[in-house]
Amino acid sequence: MMKVLQEGIGKLIQPPDLNAFRSSNRDKPKAMIDKRMSEAEAVQEFIHDGDYIGTELYGTVRCPQSLVNEIVRQGKKDLRVAGQGVYELDILLGASLVKALDITYIGMEVYGVSNCLRREVESGRVETCVEWSNAGIAWRFKAAAMGVPFLPARSMLGSDTLKYSSAKVVECPFTGDPMCLLPALILDVGLIHVHRADMYGNAQIDGITGFGAELARASKRLIISAEEIISTEEIRDNPEKTIIPYYLVDAVVEAPFGSHPGEMCYVYERDEDQIKEWIEASKTGETTRAYLEKYIYAVKDHAAYCQLVGEDRLAELKAMVPGR
Amino acid sequence: MSAQVYNPNELLICTASRLMPDNTTAFIGTGIPMLAASLAQKMHAPNLVAIFEFGGTGAILDDLPLAVGERRTFHRAVAASGILDIVETAQRGFVEYGFLGGAQIDPYGNLNSTVIGDHDRPKVRLPGSGGGNDVGSHCWRTIAIMRHDSRRFVEKVDFITTPGYLDGLEAREKAGLPPGTGPYRVVTTLAVMGYHPESKRMMLLATQPGVSMEQVLENTGFGIVVEEEIESSPAPTDEELCLLRDEVDKDKYYI
Repeated sequence: MMKVLQEGIGKLIQPPDLNAFRSSNRDKPKAMIDKRMSEAEAVQEFIHDGDYIGTELYGTVRCPQSLVNEIVRQGKKDLRVAGQGVYELDILLGASLVKALDITYIGMEVYGVSNCLRREVESGRVETCVEWSNAGIAWRFKAAAMGVPFLPARSMLGSDTLKYSSAKVVECPFTGDPMCLLPALILDVGLIHVHRADMYGNAQIDGITGFGAELARASKRLIISAEEIISTEEIRDNPEKTIIPYYLVDAVVEAPFGSHPGEMCYVYERDEDQIKEWIEASKTGETTRAYLEKYIYAVKDHAAYCQLVGEDRLAELKAMVPGR
Repeated sequence: MSAQVYNPNELLICTASRLMPDNTTAFIGTGIPMLAASLAQKMHAPNLVAIFEFGGTGAILDDLPLAVGERRTFHRAVAASGILDIVETAQRGFVEYGFLGGAQIDPYGNLNSTVIGDHDRPKVRLPGSGGGNDVGSHCWRTIAIMRHDSRRFVEKVDFITTPGYLDGLEAREKAGLPPGTGPYRVVTTLAVMGYHPESKRMMLLATQPGVSMEQVLENTGFGIVVEEEIESSPAPTDEELCLLRDEVDKDKYYI
């Protein structure tokens, strides 16, 4: 019997039900089915009010922004969110759609704290904030991806980050040392933007992979958006590049510049001007709403968003990418 | 000695870069640590292995990364993997240095980047741990880079986001953190500090050029250990400043 030495007082927002997860994975179609659809269809069909969702990215790199914009457009509310993000989670918070957070980091990196996080948490509109480290959350996805209820780790020990998490500290049955146990985190919906995918959802990423492989495997439903849709023959030419096989995927959305104003390594750079526009806009509720109106509510879909940003600007961002 | 005038960020970058030896591994975060690592590679540590949280290992920092996950963090790198490979590498003891920052630091090097005030009713909600807690848990030696004033250097932080020596002595080991790890240096615009080997309280090692010991004590909100011999940290050299301005941050993002 493992002795529990400490229990985090944070709420376990999404208790892991591994057997239900196995069943839902068994029920997922294994046939090669064309899963291409619009972002409106994908969000409509697979995301519901109150769902627990996660986005995979690092900073503003490979941000599933066209999907997040659509969530805002459709006003999916009371979302529970695994929070490691910069611009995309700021937008969700700015639209007041988040009810609970498993938070690791929400901020604007070199530009400082997130004004939307401050407003939403300090006002109590975000009702629950449970703390984790970046690796803590990523290991929680890995546990779910492994199909086990928890993973031991030596992060978070001794800190208030652990105290305000829902981790537990136990006496390790092998070494006798205190060990942090991180509960598996199974997402209702995962959102990942990739460089390329085929119509079935086989997806490939260039450059570093963040926690894409783990999050994909920790999701009950998975929406992939891709810079380009390629043939399955091309996937089969380079299968070692596929980090997400098709049977994990429920929807495939073609979204060139889907990460904008974030970047996509080797394809286009971050739109620093628009990020700065958001930093300014996010300072008050009123200017936040005006920004959301301009870039999301008043825009029909991602194609129209790209038109609004402008072909010339997008071409510039593409031209800014140097060779390897 | 430098005949040139330098600004506070340049001082922090040069001071931090000298703490990074060649042929060692360093976990590099956004901002000043990136500039310091880049400068170290150009000065004395061409084989400093810069490790970035989201997967870049051994990047050549020719061009300044603006964020921990962007392409420059794995430019001409030896490996590009993902966050768990990197943190597991640190958990296995491969990463010597780690850089940290925060809104508050206490005498034991505990850092707060989560909330000011009560956690559930915060006065200010800050971004949270990010990779900070992981770096502070697993790296052998962590270096905090801070602005130095008595609002930031406090007797007790509102929230321990990242563990330093907790409440001193053997507290880290008792909590289950890997033995032999912990805070190593604090670099500020006023001073360079270390930690007393037994009490684990912050200890003044050197003052920055033109700064008196009294100024350091006045701007620190807790009693700091002062050894008999306090050195003066050398000013940035002409060579360091030229490299920093003409090569490391040629687009003037930070300096």
